[in-house]
Amino acid sequence: MSRPAVNNDTDFEVSKPLKGTAGWLDDRFGGARGVRTYLLRKVYPDHWSFLLGEIALYSFVILLLTGTFLSLFFVPSMTEVTYHGSYMKLDGIKVSEAYASTLRISFDVRGGLLIRQIHHWAADLFVASLMIHMLRVFFTGAFRKPREVNWLIGITLFALALIEGLFGYSLPDDQLSGAGLRIFEGTLQGIPIVGTYLAYFLFGGPFPGHDIVPRMYIIHVLLVPGILLALIGAHIFIMFWQKHTQMPAKGNTERNVTGQPSYPYFVAKTSAWFMFIFGALALLATFASINPVWLYGPYTPVAISSASQPDFYMGILEGSLRIMPAWEWNFLGHTVTFSVLIPFALPLGIILGGAAFWPFFERWATGDKAYHHINDRPRNAPVRTGVGIGAVVFYGVLWIEGANDVVADKLQIPLYTVTWIARVAVIVAPIIAYFITKRICLALQRKDREELLHGYESGIIRQLPDGEFIEVHKPPNEERLAVLEAKKVPALLPGPGSEDDNGVPPPSARGMLGKARAVANRAFAETIPIEADGHGNGHHGNGHAVTGEEHEAVGAPGSTALPPAESGEE
Amino acid sequence: MSDMEETEGTESPGAPHRVIGTPPPSPRLLGSAAVAQEPGAIALVSDSEEFAEHVDGLPPDDPKVVVHGRRAERVVVACFLLTFIAGCGFVAAYVGLGVHTVDKTLRSNLALGLSMSVMFLALGLGALIWVRHLMPNIEVTQQRHDLRSDEKQRQATEAYFKEGTANSQFVKRPLVRRTLMLGTLPLLAAPVVLLRDLGPQPGTSLRHTVWSPGRRLLVQGTNQPITPAEFSAPGSMITIVPDGYEDDPDALTKAAVILIKFRPGELHIPTRHQGSTLVGTMNWTVDNIVAYSKICTHVGCPVALYEQTTHHILCPCHQSTFEATTGATVIFGPAARPLPQLPLTTDSSGFLVARRDFTEPVGPSFWERG
Amino acid sequence: MSWINARRRRPAAGYAALLLGLVVVALVYGSLTSTGGGTVASAETGAQQDIEAGKALFQASCSSCHGLEAQGTSQAPSLIGAGAAAVFFQMSTGRMPAKEVGAENERKPVTFTPRQIDDIAGYVASLGGGPPIPTAEQVDPRTGDTALGSELFSANCAQCHGFAGAGGALTYGKDAPALTAATPAQIYTAMLTGPEAMPVFSDGALPPQAKRDIIAYITQTRVEPNPGGFSLGRTGPVTEGLVIFLGGMGFLVLISMWITAKRRDPRPTGPTGTERK
Repeated sequence: MSRPAVNNDTDFEVSKPLKGTAGWLDDRFGGARGVRTYLLRKVYPDHWSFLLGEIALYSFVILLLTGTFLSLFFVPSMTEVTYHGSYMKLDGIKVSEAYASTLRISFDVRGGLLIRQIHHWAADLFVASLMIHMLRVFFTGAFRKPREVNWLIGITLFALALIEGLFGYSLPDDQLSGAGLRIFEGTLQGIPIVGTYLAYFLFGGPFPGHDIVPRMYIIHVLLVPGILLALIGAHIFIMFWQKHTQMPAKGNTERNVTGQPSYPYFVAKTSAWFMFIFGALALLATFASINPVWLYGPYTPVAISSASQPDFYMGILEGSLRIMPAWEWNFLGHTVTFSVLIPFALPLGIILGGAAFWPFFERWATGDKAYHHINDRPRNAPVRTGVGIGAVVFYGVLWIEGANDVVADKLQIPLYTVTWIARVAVIVAPIIAYFITKRICLALQRKDREELLHGYESGIIRQLPDGEFIEVHKPPNEERLAVLEAKKVPALLPGPGSEDDNGVPPPSARGMLGKARAVANRAFAETIPIEADGHGNGHHGNGHAVTGEEHEAVGAPGSTALPPAESGEE
Repeated sequence: MSDMEETEGTESPGAPHRVIGTPPPSPRLLGSAAVAQEPGAIALVSDSEEFAEHVDGLPPDDPKVVVHGRRAERVVVACFLLTFIAGCGFVAAYVGLGVHTVDKTLRSNLALGLSMSVMFLALGLGALIWVRHLMPNIEVTQQRHDLRSDEKQRQATEAYFKEGTANSQFVKRPLVRRTLMLGTLPLLAAPVVLLRDLGPQPGTSLRHTVWSPGRRLLVQGTNQPITPAEFSAPGSMITIVPDGYEDDPDALTKAAVILIKFRPGELHIPTRHQGSTLVGTMNWTVDNIVAYSKICTHVGCPVALYEQTTHHILCPCHQSTFEATTGATVIFGPAARPLPQLPLTTDSSGFLVARRDFTEPVGPSFWERG
Repeated sequence: MSWINARRRRPAAGYAALLLGLVVVALVYGSLTSTGGGTVASAETGAQQDIEAGKALFQASCSSCHGLEAQGTSQAPSLIGAGAAAVFFQMSTGRMPAKEVGAENERKPVTFTPRQIDDIAGYVASLGGGPPIPTAEQVDPRTGDTALGSELFSANCAQCHGFAGAGGALTYGKDAPALTAATPAQIYTAMLTGPEAMPVFSDGALPPQAKRDIIAYITQTRVEPNPGGFSLGRTGPVTEGLVIFLGGMGFLVLISMWITAKRRDPRPTGPTGTERK
């Protein structure tokens, strides 16, 4: 084996205690080779977007650490006490023990407010980074075979994170989160047949009761973190076992993965990353106030504030509740309130259900059953990217509508107008976004093809003998070529020649489902092909790079070469 | 960020120079050809077949690298020293700065937070510069192995599973199988049954509030009863709680009331029935004073925002809007039903009291509501 | 060539420019949304209002909309029975004289001296009675209980003005203003007279002590520092969400690009160093 001499100043001894311990463990567990191959030398590809999932992971670690600190001081009880703590403005009013202990953490425990704020900012960052990570995986097609299970685990993690955050910020029993709990209870209550039972069982009776804070507490500190830990472990192990995907680049194939070894490179980088995340959260906790429960006051069911929004990740549910017009059915002594049920179930259900279903839908529509370890560039999958952006816009409209009174106040738009705009936009905007995004993707593909066939603009201006100025185009280098050519186009289904002798298409292409599949398939297969080229200057597989001279000839006056006809366009 | 960068001695031309994105792999020592695998064998390839390493950049003893390394080392050392100082600062701030007032908490938070931030950021910065400027610029290609087990192994597993199942006689003896499933059914139901005492059954409790004939209306906060004369200014609004339940959140969740005073002639509450039950009428007002439930019929927020000029009662949660002069009918938003009206009268001392409880369930809709 | 120009092609220049832009935006946003302390208006006198002078002032400045006898016109309501307190509130906050008919009147610079406002108030009160201007003792926040005030404020005021008095949206383009600039007397008279869309909180419903409790709560809350850092507007989680995405995720994405960026190793210069490629 020939390792080039790098920093081979290996003339030091591994320390005796370390060597001894390693030996002691290896005697009992074995695994020297496994430690080397799977841990120390394991290769981690380098792309900035691959670090987003780690933000979520490290935020979760920080949540565990800060949460443990908080749990040493927080009292999960709704028993009423008279507040006589350090926050003098509220001295003498009746509050719950949960609220009083939260004020105590904030004002009577050194570092308490800092840790509380880090905890809450970390929760926000956890969910935000999960969203961005999910979008990255979606837009690069990293959910495809063999990673569908990991994708589903990820969506479950996201849903659990939402619940964890909701219960977490409701623990202090303050006015704002208490209003959110009331909305939660009112929504539960509206579920047909079982709603009132669900509400009474969860809250131990009528709202607010005395049980909800201790119950949320145990769900928040034990049950959900336990499930999260298990699922995160599974998520990381699967990623570890299947190896990470990588972006298209020269030398990257479906059979390899390129990057830097774990020890010491990736370990150092990921440790630095953890420190940066912790540092960013500490900075936020120092300079940006979050969840000032002493300003909200303790929860009472007779009071409410303007600008009552939940934390941002519940914004889609809040916006759905605000956007919905009144709709209720009364029949035979029963009431079904769609005003509440539809916002509760539909938008988030569409997003999470659609996301869970997407890998299988794409597989069905494209007939693509191959393994995919190389990511797609988003522009090379216009339908997927378009649908993703459409979903983001759909989510975004509802999210902004959740803040509609703040929007109305700050932007000076009448309150009802904001809701009316949202009611229209929630349907229209995603559709428009899909079309615009798809067209942008195809345009970028054309731009790539231009660069492939005609080289990139080098910025060098040359004057021809007859006086004309042209810009010299240089051919892309090999690295760039590898990126530009990395495009897999799904095959058209049913494949040509799959009809039988009488021209009858195969069973999978018949019927409603078959026709739907054909429509979807044609949409997915729409692409700007690189092959079709009237110049005869294609260079796939024959290794010829287009030289500058040939392209000057193309641009020169008198050339009659026309741009190649493009198929598969609108 | 600057992709039109012109550094001296650039790499191979032919691409807009990019700083972000996947670093382009350099020429490899070994190709990326797939390692030949014997089907079914556990891949015990040697390290040289599994990993292919290439180092970019100048050799480590090149003077430029040495100088660069020394400079980078100084930066890293400075970062780690800064980390140490900030850490000491954190401990000092913890010991030296007390809390217990808002101002002191601010100072303590600032000091502790700043020192903690510097600690972590400096540590991260040091580690990052260490990796990027002290460690060699190495790139490794690792082979992927087939994830799929090969056919022989699959068949062997399936065969053994069939053999084991056959030996267990699970398939051969349906009575055993079925009685096993029958036996475990209650076992699965037991945890659900155990949860029954989580809470009481709702029964009819959602249909009633604590309001009863003669119960006085108290002003929330001051807990004082109120006469119509004290509430005589048109456009007045106040939050009301029932006498005896001023501090009972469970009762207030349904019994909170909003009291509004109108000018003569402004109120036009139609006599409204739900089925055969009277749910709204001018008779339930006293001296142009009307009482509505303060609990929104959408999902239960207090519907508190009253605009004197438009007579709109707006719920700030989801903007359900009720017209107060016509019996709190819904004019915008997701609430589907008007706010229930509390029948009012006065008692012998002249204070406002309830005639009786609300005649319809208060708050969010539910299945059994009717 | 200037110092900046010499370095503008360095890769760090882009990051530096972005950082500068972020810092500027953060500072501008922070200054725009910080809740400042309330300003203290000059003391109300309340004694010896000169009704004749008030009448003259009224007829010069107010009668064009409110009518010569304050009986009201199509443009403005009658002020008979409105009382001195209402006049004090509207004029001492600059809402009156109004700029346009029908528009929501907002606080603007005051065009009359406290003496003149007092006189006009006296004149209007003489026409039909109404709530008087409170005395300094009546509005003194030092005699108010902030704890009780917080409960009263939560139940009756926060739904429009926000939990910390930062203001909020009403219907049809109106809004409830922030409570940062109102003096104790202005808060008192606003509650007492219910200006524009604001409901009336008469002394029968909210006795003067309760009003003082609310005033104490408002005045203390608005000067109270934010121990957790910048307040982000005191409007709740909406701004927190913006900060975590734009600030938190934005910063971290930039760092992630740095961590994974191509390394720019030291290069040989000229023929003396070893050539690369």
